[in-house]
Amino acid sequence: MTPFAYHASPDEQDAIASAVAGGRYIAGGTTLIDLMREEVEEPKRLIDINQLPLHDIRETADGLVIGALARMAEVAAHPAVARMQPLLVETLLEGASPQLRNMASIGGNLLQRVRCPYFRTLDAACNKRRPGSGCAAIGGINHNHAILGTSDHCVATHPSDLAVSLVALGAVVRIRGPQGLREFPVEALYRLPGDTPHLEHTLSPGELIVEVFVPYGPYAQRARYLKVRDRASYEFALVSIAAALEIDAGVVRQARLAAGGVATRPWRLAACEAALVGQPASQATWRKVAPLSVAGARPLSGNGFKIELLQRTLVRTLELAGEAA
Amino acid sequence: MNAIGRPLPRVEGAAKVTGAARYAGEFDQPGQAHAVIVSATVGLGRIAAIDVATAQTLPGVLAVISHLNAPKLAYSPHKGFIDPAHGERLHVFQDDQIRFFGQPVAVVIADTLDQAEHAAAAIHVDYAARTPELRIEGVETLPAGGSHASAYKARGDADAALSQAPVKVDAVYRIARENHNPMEPHATIAAWDGDRLHLWSKSQFVTNEQVEIAAVFGLPADHVHVTCPFIGGAFGTALRTWPHVTIAAIGARHVNRAVKLVLTRRQMFYTTGHRPRSMQRVALGAGTDGKLSAIVHEGTAETSRYEQFVEALTTITSYLYSCPNVRSSHGLAPTDTSTPTYMRAPGEASGVFAVECAMDELAGALNMDPVSLRLLNEPSIDEGENRPFSSRSLKDCIEQGAARFGWSRRDPRPRAMRDGRLLIGWGMATATYPAFHAPAGARACLHGNGPAEVEAAASDMGPGTYTSMTQVAADALGLPPEHVLFQLGRSDFPRTPPHGGSMTMASVGSAVQAACLAVRAKAVQAAIADARSPLFGAAAADIDAADGSLFVKSEPARRETYATIAARHGSIEAEATCSPDEDARKRFSMHSFGAVFTEVAVDPDLGIVRVRRAVGAYGCGRVINPRLARSQCTGGMVGGIGMALMEQTLLDPRDGRPVNASMADYLVPVNLDVNELDAIFVEEDDPHVNALGVKGVGEIALTGIAPAIANAVYHATGKRVRALPIRIEDLI
Repeated sequence: MTPFAYHASPDEQDAIASAVAGGRYIAGGTTLIDLMREEVEEPKRLIDINQLPLHDIRETADGLVIGALARMAEVAAHPAVARMQPLLVETLLEGASPQLRNMASIGGNLLQRVRCPYFRTLDAACNKRRPGSGCAAIGGINHNHAILGTSDHCVATHPSDLAVSLVALGAVVRIRGPQGLREFPVEALYRLPGDTPHLEHTLSPGELIVEVFVPYGPYAQRARYLKVRDRASYEFALVSIAAALEIDAGVVRQARLAAGGVATRPWRLAACEAALVGQPASQATWRKVAPLSVAGARPLSGNGFKIELLQRTLVRTLELAGEAA
Repeated sequence: MNAIGRPLPRVEGAAKVTGAARYAGEFDQPGQAHAVIVSATVGLGRIAAIDVATAQTLPGVLAVISHLNAPKLAYSPHKGFIDPAHGERLHVFQDDQIRFFGQPVAVVIADTLDQAEHAAAAIHVDYAARTPELRIEGVETLPAGGSHASAYKARGDADAALSQAPVKVDAVYRIARENHNPMEPHATIAAWDGDRLHLWSKSQFVTNEQVEIAAVFGLPADHVHVTCPFIGGAFGTALRTWPHVTIAAIGARHVNRAVKLVLTRRQMFYTTGHRPRSMQRVALGAGTDGKLSAIVHEGTAETSRYEQFVEALTTITSYLYSCPNVRSSHGLAPTDTSTPTYMRAPGEASGVFAVECAMDELAGALNMDPVSLRLLNEPSIDEGENRPFSSRSLKDCIEQGAARFGWSRRDPRPRAMRDGRLLIGWGMATATYPAFHAPAGARACLHGNGPAEVEAAASDMGPGTYTSMTQVAADALGLPPEHVLFQLGRSDFPRTPPHGGSMTMASVGSAVQAACLAVRAKAVQAAIADARSPLFGAAAADIDAADGSLFVKSEPARRETYATIAARHGSIEAEATCSPDEDARKRFSMHSFGAVFTEVAVDPDLGIVRVRRAVGAYGCGRVINPRLARSQCTGGMVGGIGMALMEQTLLDPRDGRPVNASMADYLVPVNLDVNELDAIFVEEDDPHVNALGVKGVGEIALTGIAPAIANAVYHATGKRVRALPIRIEDLI
């Protein structure tokens, strides 16, 4: 670990000022500390934000507000979340392990770093860790890597489950920074790797996620998260799907879909969503739209199976969501 | 009441759960410094330059040691029980050659672990790198064991019989490299006192570590002392003494302080052994009645370039079933990787997988129940050695296991059994492992105060050696188990064989029994010769022991406690060495057998496999402690679920890097993957194997489970996957 300074911020103003001056925020530390131990991350100064009043989970007239420092376990156990957005509970419980969920914050979850093994070791080429050094995964072991949103510079999969469901639900992140408050959809938080894979998100220096707003919608009670992986728990997704449907008289009125495990960012399945609207809620419909999910997929040497698995997982999740509520 | 046969809880359990049990890395020494290894980041080549300038200036750094400044070590010839017979162990920091990815190239010693880690990351090594050879297929192989005779075994003419067989199967089976990945990492604390070295070091074989390190440093063996009272899992990775032990000792001598070296999880994939990748062709020929007429088993496994590691890949083939024509061969593919080593059921687990999957394929080709096929081919003797089995309970295991599992309700057709949308598969396989026994010693001591002390240089990596030896000692002495203190894990205790190969109970148990009987006989002699004893004048043959007392059998009122005798005479001590009955071993073939039945559920769309339940029935001789034995067997089943469905160390084809070298990326089963596991033991009375009649259960528990799962996956899906692990992409 590279030596670093540590500062516990008493309030948002102090935290933001400290971060603008070159500090890195730390909340649960479940990503950052691992990477600091390997010297993949070398922050000079850590700004501990755990004292900030960002832990609340509350209902509003039109949705749910989740403080950025609420722990995954707290959100998963919260009655209002279970009532208004059962998809989030299902998604959170599919992620990590109980110990990690007790520590990991919602804001940190959204900004967690990739699991690509070549990123997580200093001695491999990685454009994300060391721009211009190359991508070892493209010609190496890439079973778990992305087929969508990739570039010749990076093929790492975005690891968050929660982000997939938040993207599907049209959630919004609220940001406080040196210039004040702003907000935008969770989907807009993430960049594609392109030729700058070291730039992962759209926050400016010092900006802090303060809360996530999840709008309520008529699809919220017909929503499921299905995660397919190589063991039953404590493993990242090969493919995951968040699906939320509004079905009226057997016809899909609205569909909100996103995929995880297959793309370099949480992957909104907009073409599938559009194709579902107005169609009967049936197995035939689910099968018909599934191929749209893999448009533009670029398989690597070890992950071609994800093209088929993504479509099958989508069909199954739509079926489960259609049965839900 | 006898202690043997009772399901006693672990005697060391409270110490483990309260943190009182001290593991190797917890024996912190005064003034101790910390070592961190720098590992090679290329797969083959040589070190062109090492830049340590920055590292040496960092706070707390005491030394950086590499081949440039390391002492030239003796590396005297020494091959222990567990070292490969051919080749030479890796010499650390003795030259500039890189033989495999992750090879230690330098070590940093610093005041604190953080300082050492940071300095290690600041060392820059330039390599002249070449591309390593990693393939095991399509390359020249060496005969396992060094000669045609050692690698090749045959009876009859298997190839001719195969070509004439009316029913045959012929396929190739592959198993990925696996790493042991015990929870506890390898750890060594080294401290020199003049030219004497004390090591607190994770080891399943402390007496070998003593001799090996003495040979490396050119010391008399008695100048090295090794301590390891507890092990947090090992599965074979702590049998050999690996390079980090030498590095810790080099470092401690260099800085003239005690040095602690704990491997990182990543480094556990580099230099502490692994189950070798293997490829096996198995061809079976049979008559239309199902009688085997030919078995061909050709196995190839990886080894390193500098040592030829041989495991028992094809040895089960000659004795498992009755068949007149059998041919097996075992080749080694040298690769530019580190040397593999023994991993739970080394060789047998892999060989049984191939043969038992082939048997399942043959049952399918014959349209015969897999259970019936095995019972039909049950031999009356070991046809490979042409001698009887000391005991063989395979038939009982199959029948009792099948009954417990409910096998008779199986629909034999693939894809015929369902639960909702899930495909259900039932599969079974035979399990087997040799009943080894090696010379071992033990010492027993009776005191006027406190428990009887019994000690041997043995090890307890989890099976419950502390408890089972306590039970054996208690019965031999006629003491309640709570009055026995069994100690292990010190190189100055009586020597024992490696804690592996399922031979600890047989070997150390027999020695403990002998030592306890010897000390008991001494106590008897002391009492009957002593006018102050109520036993004075009695015949030794008329003395028995129970509940901590010796008594005259014909006059039970004449009795005296061990404590009283020892208080009067001073502590009474005896040491015994117990060796296998070589005559019995020439007359009999000695093996354990078992039968494993599994149920899997496969999602036909998503390819997800879940093992819903498993039943194992084992014939392992006498069971000393049913609770511990059952725990060993269900633990083996968990390992088998990993072997079948998850475990694989992935090597980058360009440089040999183990890519998934972390516990997040190398998958083993988690609780949710483990459902109903059931192990039963069939009655087996084997008077030939050893004095205790035990065969051991540690290894057999891992054989059979992976093929039973693979066969169940076939039964569920109709798809035969012949490469482990079986993963989602194989089934969609």
